[in-house]
Amino acid sequence: MSSGTAADDQFYREYILDHYKNPRNYGRLEHPDISHEEDNPLCGDVVGMDFRVNDGVIEDVRFHGRGCAISQASASLLTERLKGLALDEAKKIDKNDVLGELGIQISPARIKCALLSLKVLKVGAYGLADDEDEE
Amino acid sequence: MSTNGARRLDVAAIRNDFPIFETGIVYLDSANTSQRPRQVTGAMLDYFEHFNSNIHRAAYHIAEVATERYEGTREKVRAFINAASTKEVIYTRGTTEAINAASTKEVIYTRGTTEAINLVAYAWGRKNVRAGELIVLTILDHHSNIVPWQILAAANGARIEYVDIDEKGELRQDQFHELLKRSPRLVAFSQVSNALGTINPAREMVAAAKAAGATVLVDGAQGAPHQGVDVRALGCDFYAFSGHKMLGPTGAGVLYGRRELLEAMDPFQSGGDMIKTVRIEGTTYHDLPWKFEAGTQAIGEVIGLGAAVDYLSGLGMEAVRAHEREITEYAYEALSDIEGLTLYGPPPSRRAGVISFSLEGIHPHDLATIADRDQVCLRAGHHCAMPLMTRLGVAATARASFYVYTQKDEVDRLVGSIKEAQRIFK
Repeated sequence: MSSGTAADDQFYREYILDHYKNPRNYGRLEHPDISHEEDNPLCGDVVGMDFRVNDGVIEDVRFHGRGCAISQASASLLTERLKGLALDEAKKIDKNDVLGELGIQISPARIKCALLSLKVLKVGAYGLADDEDEE
Repeated sequence: MSTNGARRLDVAAIRNDFPIFETGIVYLDSANTSQRPRQVTGAMLDYFEHFNSNIHRAAYHIAEVATERYEGTREKVRAFINAASTKEVIYTRGTTEAINAASTKEVIYTRGTTEAINLVAYAWGRKNVRAGELIVLTILDHHSNIVPWQILAAANGARIEYVDIDEKGELRQDQFHELLKRSPRLVAFSQVSNALGTINPAREMVAAAKAAGATVLVDGAQGAPHQGVDVRALGCDFYAFSGHKMLGPTGAGVLYGRRELLEAMDPFQSGGDMIKTVRIEGTTYHDLPWKFEAGTQAIGEVIGLGAAVDYLSGLGMEAVRAHEREITEYAYEALSDIEGLTLYGPPPSRRAGVISFSLEGIHPHDLATIADRDQVCLRAGHHCAMPLMTRLGVAATARASFYVYTQKDEVDRLVGSIKEAQRIFK
């Protein structure tokens, strides 16, 4: 059995569980300028994002979906960072930024969960069909 | 407990045959792939170190030994599934490739179940399933018993109907019989569901489908390793299973096919070893079962499969079933006691050693990660049964599955991991 309390859990840290249970910017936008959804066929996780963009700046963002704590917390954290950011700056966010924000060691088996929301952002922002580089 | 008559497995002795348990892991993913005893890896090592050579071709001693062991496995498999002839036993790489065996002529090696089913869909299906004809599958099936038929239907213009499940996760027999009235060309279903553990009434279903004039394929990937099978009593036309789910290595599976069907089928893959003569004007194919075993086969793996069949036969499938039932009943009860846990599928008396479940507020992948920290190997996902997951209204479940080496204290460890996950996510 693992020991310790939830607060000092190295993986399921308190702020990750907080973002999972109380996701920020959760829901849908009416008439979004960009809307995109991706799923992870391995586990059935889904993350979608709606963006309102004005003068090249992300004025508002909402995410929706379902999945594990890692995919949902990662999406929640990402939306906090995106709000008010220039779309060009948002495009520069890479996988190290997202993993750094999560702040935990992600095993290879869970990396797709952590990066699902980034894939939504990239494909949505660039209008790309698929962005394998971010996997 | 219904173990009357059956020998009890000596699980402690069995575990000594599996070096992997020295690592301390709790392995609850045998429906995915089983562990392998020293007897299996030893038989393979013996081949690689002492008589490694190609079969059916060479005129020297070690090649004769290799051929004898490779073909000897076919007789072991024939007896294990009670095929009439070894000519009906075709090796495949896994279940998908393997569904065929009454004579050893009916026992065809494949890579596994997937390859076996693909073999039937290609070599039998393309020639025999015509535009507008009906293929009956079930919502319980593994992707390997769905996708090959979807490809066939798209190519030949056939239609597919799926038998639904009831609230207990059992096939709706009323609906199945309604579909049979429409004279399907093919009926394909699994003996045991890999995702829910449901044991289908295979014998009754085969009989009804045959009476309706259908050709019947039974996916035995979860059946042969846990329930065993008598293909002649079952009465199906094709039966496929994988070695790696029944203590054997990956890369070796079996297709059983009724001889007259196999005789009439064209080859699946072609090349070396599956021919009699090749001339510029044309080629004559080899006799059964070799017609379906083109190219150099997975010789070491097939030899390993033979050792796995010996191992299971030594335990006795009756005792294997009794042990799994005991563990499954124990686990079902232990998991039922946990608040916020939902169990899927039929009661333990009507299921094999597979338990799918979900926890309120905790994604299966998070549970699997937490269990992994306790060295508990638990499957999380859709179990290659996405139509079933959609039917159940979930994206994924957690799944614990058991085999001859599973002990009750391992179930207790799983319960501990679940409680740990609930503590973290509370």
